[in-house]
Amino acid sequence: MTTAAKPPTRRSGVYPAAARAGKLRRRHAVNALMAGLVGLAAVLATLPLVVVLFYLLKQGASSVQWHFFTNMPKPVGESGGGMANAIVGTLILIGTASLIGLPVGIGGGLYLAERRGSRLANTTRFLADVLNGLPSIVMGIFAWQFLVRPFGHFSAWAGGVALAAMMIPQVARTTEEIVRTVPVSLREAALALGYTRWRTSLTVVLRTATAGVVTGALVAIARIAGETAPLLFTAFGNQFWSTSLNQPIAALPLQIFTYAVSPYDDWHAQAWAGALVLIALILIISLVARVATRGRFATASD
Amino acid sequence: MTAATVEVTARGQPSGSGAPVTNRGALAARQFSFWYGEKQALFDIDLDMRSSAITALIGPSGCGKSTFLRSINRMHDLLPGTRHEGQILLDDADVYRPEVDATALRRRVGMVFQRWNCFPKSIYDNVAYGPRINASLPRHELDWIVESSLRRAALWDEVKDRLRQTALGLSGGQQQRLCIARTLANDPEVLLLDEPASALDPIATQKIEELLYELKRELTVVIVTHNLQQAARASDYTAFFYMGRLIEVGPTDRMFTAPQEERTNSYITGRFG
Repeated sequence: MTTAAKPPTRRSGVYPAAARAGKLRRRHAVNALMAGLVGLAAVLATLPLVVVLFYLLKQGASSVQWHFFTNMPKPVGESGGGMANAIVGTLILIGTASLIGLPVGIGGGLYLAERRGSRLANTTRFLADVLNGLPSIVMGIFAWQFLVRPFGHFSAWAGGVALAAMMIPQVARTTEEIVRTVPVSLREAALALGYTRWRTSLTVVLRTATAGVVTGALVAIARIAGETAPLLFTAFGNQFWSTSLNQPIAALPLQIFTYAVSPYDDWHAQAWAGALVLIALILIISLVARVATRGRFATASD
Repeated sequence: MTAATVEVTARGQPSGSGAPVTNRGALAARQFSFWYGEKQALFDIDLDMRSSAITALIGPSGCGKSTFLRSINRMHDLLPGTRHEGQILLDDADVYRPEVDATALRRRVGMVFQRWNCFPKSIYDNVAYGPRINASLPRHELDWIVESSLRRAALWDEVKDRLRQTALGLSGGQQQRLCIARTLANDPEVLLLDEPASALDPIATQKIEELLYELKRELTVVIVTHNLQQAARASDYTAFFYMGRLIEVGPTDRMFTAPQEERTNSYITGRFG
């Protein structure tokens, strides 16, 4: 089985057989190396998240007890303090921002997609992209100038508006991208059945794109949930219980910031616990986004 | 309800007595030209499309037959930079009069597209979509419209047990008939079809053709087709378009046996296109 098993001689090509075999070995080696490098990059990309989560759990888990969610912050030295006001405050801020930011963002995105060639759409798209890259601290200063200074006091709704302003460009652009994937044929079908353009947009185009739009909205919410800079001089933070939109309000990121820069160890522990709760909140929102998306695209496509 | 209940001659006139034939929905183009921006796509089209008959529009790709079809229910309105001259008459009134509401027009002039485009909703909701534009329709009436539309589209028996399931689970031929049912639910006078069977297998195609034969008793049917056999089989009149112009129109049997224009003859005998 030495010569008989040899495959029939193919076109010998430029290189002698031995050299070809060497080339082949080298190509396999390069292939394996590249696969390894890309795999390593993938691991490195997730490493920060894993490390952060691990460290947060290690530092914060011991402080996350029931009273952390139900109690108010306590003075230094007293045990049993919590961040109930900051958790509720963050939810109120997210709610306010979403109430303003989602309708405007989704509506704007729909316009960008449906009137993609118009001058207004092109201008808006460009500005949205610029706004998307705007440092959040700048947004905070603007909110302070226009929503805090004229009224003479910090307020929850000023913080909510600042967060909404951060959401809008992102939500608009993701909505636009998703809506653009809705086939033209579906639009035409609705129009041919005598639907007006805006009803077609709402009942067919947006409905078909719902899953993607919801995901985009949740991703935007998850992003603003942890924003600190726009809240520093708008919502400002509050050591006391307040749910009034017209008053300064506590927020998890602000509370974490305040506690982390303080010189007290038990406040540091509280900051870690707050960070853990914040991350958990964002994780939950992201998970909801994933579940909401799953299964619905299957019916929307084709 | 078999196809044989009404005998229709090549001239589109019913020969059987007492057949339910309406005259509503007669279409005519008068000196109709159309432009996409600077590019003229249609030149002075004069064409009558009779009610209770099937008119087939044939011609090579890019000849303007789909453009013409879409002009009838003003689907081009939404494309910026398009314009037209001349008239398209529906029951002797120009559909491009300024007081005509395009959405109202499209309910009278239904359209079925080449690629079936059912909404990602249930079968019932697909058919009910058009009627639901009048939100106040009572439930039982909507049920009735859905059932009768599906019956008219010869789909009822196949889907009656799964009206609430997604329309996207149907076969291609069924989805295309569902699209026809959806259009019929608006009770249109005219049915425009843009190559409705070009993506279907022969059996599904045959079903669509039989369906059109049934439907033409109550509707003006205009069908764009690439398939010459289909035009020959299924239509009463055939109009041949070439490079944006209407070259020849006549009863289908004459068009396919004794065309008067050399270009028509070349096209139907397969010398170009």
